[in-house]
Amino acid sequence: MNDALASELSAALGPDRVRSGPLELTLYRRDASLLEGQPGVVCFPCTTEEVQAAVTIARRHGRAVVPRGSGTGLAGGAVPVGADGAEPVVVVTTKMDAILGIDEGTRVAWVQPGVLNLDLTRDVAHLGLHFAPDPSSQQSCSVGGNVANNSGGPHCLAYGVTSAHVLAVEVVLPDGSLALLGGLDPEPPGYDLRGAFVGSEGTMGIAVRIAVRLSPDPPAVRTVLVDFASIETAAATVTGIIAAGLVPAALEMMDARITAAVEDYVHAGFPRDAAAVLLVEVDGLPAGVEAAAQVVADVAEANGARGVRVAADEAERALLWKGRKSAFGAIARIAPDYYLHDTVVPRTRLVEVLSQVYEIAERHQLLVVNVFHAGDGNLHPLLVFDRREHGVMDRVLAAGTEMITACVAVGGVLSGEHGIGLEKRDHMGLIFSDADLDAQRRLRLAFDPDQTCNPHKVLPSGSRCGDLQSVPAGAWI
Amino acid sequence: MTGPVRTLPATDGPLRDFAAEVGPSEPVVAVGGRTQWTVGGDPDASAREVWAPAGVVAHEPAEMIVRVRAGTRVAELDDALAEGGQMVALDPADPERATVGGLLAVGHSGPRRLGWGPVRDTVLEVRFVSAAGELIRAGGPVVKNVSGFDLCRLLVGSLGTLGLLAEVVLRVRPRPPVAVWLQGAIDDPDRVRRILLRPSSILWDGSSTWVLLEGHGGDVDAEVKALGPEFAPVGAPPALPDDDRWSVPPSAIHQFVAGLHPGTFVAEVGVGIVHTSAPAPAPVRAVDPATATLHRRIKANFDPSGRLNPGRMVA
Ligand SMILES: Cc1cc2nc3c(=O)[nH]c(=O)nc-3n(C[C@H](O)[C@H](O)[C@H](O)COP(=O)(O)OP(=O)(O)OC[C@H]3O[C@@H](n4cnc5c(N)ncnc54)[C@H](O)[C@@H]3O)c2cc1C
Ligand SMILES: Cc1cc2nc3c(=O)[nH]c(=O)nc-3n(C[C@H](O)[C@H](O)[C@H](O)COP(=O)(O)OP(=O)(O)OC[C@H]3O[C@@H](n4cnc5c(N)ncnc54)[C@H](O)[C@@H]3O)c2cc1C
Repeated sequence: MNDALASELSAALGPDRVRSGPLELTLYRRDASLLEGQPGVVCFPCTTEEVQAAVTIARRHGRAVVPRGSGTGLAGGAVPVGADGAEPVVVVTTKMDAILGIDEGTRVAWVQPGVLNLDLTRDVAHLGLHFAPDPSSQQSCSVGGNVANNSGGPHCLAYGVTSAHVLAVEVVLPDGSLALLGGLDPEPPGYDLRGAFVGSEGTMGIAVRIAVRLSPDPPAVRTVLVDFASIETAAATVTGIIAAGLVPAALEMMDARITAAVEDYVHAGFPRDAAAVLLVEVDGLPAGVEAAAQVVADVAEANGARGVRVAADEAERALLWKGRKSAFGAIARIAPDYYLHDTVVPRTRLVEVLSQVYEIAERHQLLVVNVFHAGDGNLHPLLVFDRREHGVMDRVLAAGTEMITACVAVGGVLSGEHGIGLEKRDHMGLIFSDADLDAQRRLRLAFDPDQTCNPHKVLPSGSRCGDLQSVPAGAWI
Repeated sequence: MTGPVRTLPATDGPLRDFAAEVGPSEPVVAVGGRTQWTVGGDPDASAREVWAPAGVVAHEPAEMIVRVRAGTRVAELDDALAEGGQMVALDPADPERATVGGLLAVGHSGPRRLGWGPVRDTVLEVRFVSAAGELIRAGGPVVKNVSGFDLCRLLVGSLGTLGLLAEVVLRVRPRPPVAVWLQGAIDDPDRVRRILLRPSSILWDGSSTWVLLEGHGGDVDAEVKALGPEFAPVGAPPALPDDDRWSVPPSAIHQFVAGLHPGTFVAEVGVGIVHTSAPAPAPVRAVDPATATLHRRIKANFDPSGRLNPGRMVA
């Protein structure tokens, strides 16, 4: 059944860029989440025309299309689930990895979607510029994936998430036509379609060309590691820093278990016996940076910090950040599997929610570690486990749902940066009414009236406007 | 220091009353301060006028957010935030009259956009009344959120043609300790941009350049020095000509104003907005057919009977 589809795609894209063998398809059944689907065919277009051809051919065969970047998504956004049980065509954009142009004067770069986040920053470094959104996965995630997920990162506290750095997106719409959303001028005519597309998780079309804003490198940076004897004092310091009128470039928290694991892994000199550490970065012009670093130290000391270590040079700063960004990798030293949540709570409720997170994990006899963007209130509880243990997955899922519910109960939201995808779509009702979800569906249907682009993602089934089926049972883990 | 928390009764009552007043049928138009009443054309005479509720519901300095009803005057919001040492990146010409809802519905950012970012990035949550007369929420009261599709950005700049704003949660920021406008007889404003890290505004009228520096006093002093002796502090930026407002790519500003007399325009350097008092040649603003189709479908999906702000066009 997939053969006719595959041979038509091969004719359009070339046989080396279409895959339909069972072994190869297995590689594209999942992203970095624990969910799995089943692709019908996987293809690797290199040009806009090839993306249009792939979309048109899939459509002719009655197949859904699932856009995919590097597959590092954690919410199952790129997990292939078709409509009506027909296996979808996965369109992988990793071969569209050209930086098309850089305008140093206006600090804009046009890129293809498959360009890796860190490669873009490396490419413009000699101009004293960088791409501000910096997910911990920045070595491997694509700019297209960042746009689709409206991704964040440590430095988004001061500089804003991906949406604030995207000026225009050229999109192959689900009907195969090409549309330019947004533009280089500040107020393009019409509704803010660029704003609507960013964060749409592949449900509104495939980004094929993106204009991003580049940011000037700050001339001064101070990175401070603060060591606390309790989570409470660390969280109070976070609130205190913001209340003092500072917006640090980054404000990250790690709890005791993850700090010890990272230290064993990276040897960055993190205090192995700390109950929590904060990694605070301030940047900008020298006088403000010095003053801000002092405020950070003062607030930390007023809250009873055990130690304040300021990185002496760029090498030490890089080491501290390597520690933070390797946190997920370090988990492997604790247990083989982890399930990562991504919720946001009001910053002032951090302590309360964290203590509930620990309590929930304990009640389900699970280990939880916390490493997160504290300045944004963006929690990342990681449940670590060994999936070979009988019945453990049920406990992991139950504990995860309880944690999400606890975050929502204090006024939080379901996701701060990883997206809803397949993972959390059935939780959307926790924060949105049917009428709210119906409005979101109306937006989605304007782009994709037939719901052929990444179906079953983001919105739960049964919202009023459309008539989706529920996720096929096999899609879950 | 956490600053005061100003709290009005945080009930939905006024929002529900507004939704009831909008109702499910007949043409309606929301009225703010009427300072931007003609943007997008005149409303159809058939449209019934409605007013969004007003009042600052809650300012939470430690969360850097404020919940405010759409009919609130921008000046009133600003006063409320000032008590907590904060401000919001809305920058209207006439804050005493302009309302939060009207400003967001028009979606034009002010002359500090270079440093403060566009107004759409300020909006974290919206509650709006749909064409069906239902109260709808999008976004959430936290500074980072990707839970669902971004209706907040869609509504900013939609001129009340997709829904009527009832209440919003906005991101606030600390008030900068020092703010100074400088003016210099410099006809190469791009040079200024290259020297400064993050100026809040650079305005240029063809013969003179104005710069707004905000931040730590020591840094502002250093940047003033870096700008050189051509620049001197002034009390205020130039008045913005208000006959026309153009949006062009920042790199195209020079070309755009080439035929204009100095003094008949003020350009926002690095942003691309040009305010003019003399007729200017319209910039090329082609909307491709697929994009135009999207605009039409969005309007049709959100307002099937075309009752919201009839007569006004966004594109
Ligand atoms: C170790 C680790 C650390 C991480 N840290 C962070 C972090 O700090 N912050 C953060 O925000 N995320 C983080 N993530 C999650 C993930 O890296 C981001 O969501 C990233 O932006 C996904 O990019 P990708 O190219 O891998 O996209 P994929 O996983 O391939 O796809 C993600 C979504 O985008 C869609 N998509 C991809 N490309 C396109 C396109 N061209 N057009 C339309 N839709 C498209 C897909 O359909 C899918 O819904 C982390 C992940 C890992 C594994
Ligand atoms: C000379 C001049 C200079 C300006 N400069 C700036 C500037 O520097 N920075 C800046 O930010 N702005 C600027 N503006 C924009 C202006 O201040 C805002 O657009 C203004 O705040 C509009 O608010 P209003 O309450 O007067 O709206 P109105 O004029 O009453 O209404 C404007 C539009 O919004 C709709 N509307 C009003 N309320 C709602 C609602 N609750 N829901 C949905 N739709 C609604 C109306 O139907 C109408 O279409 C400028 C305006 C002028 C006239």
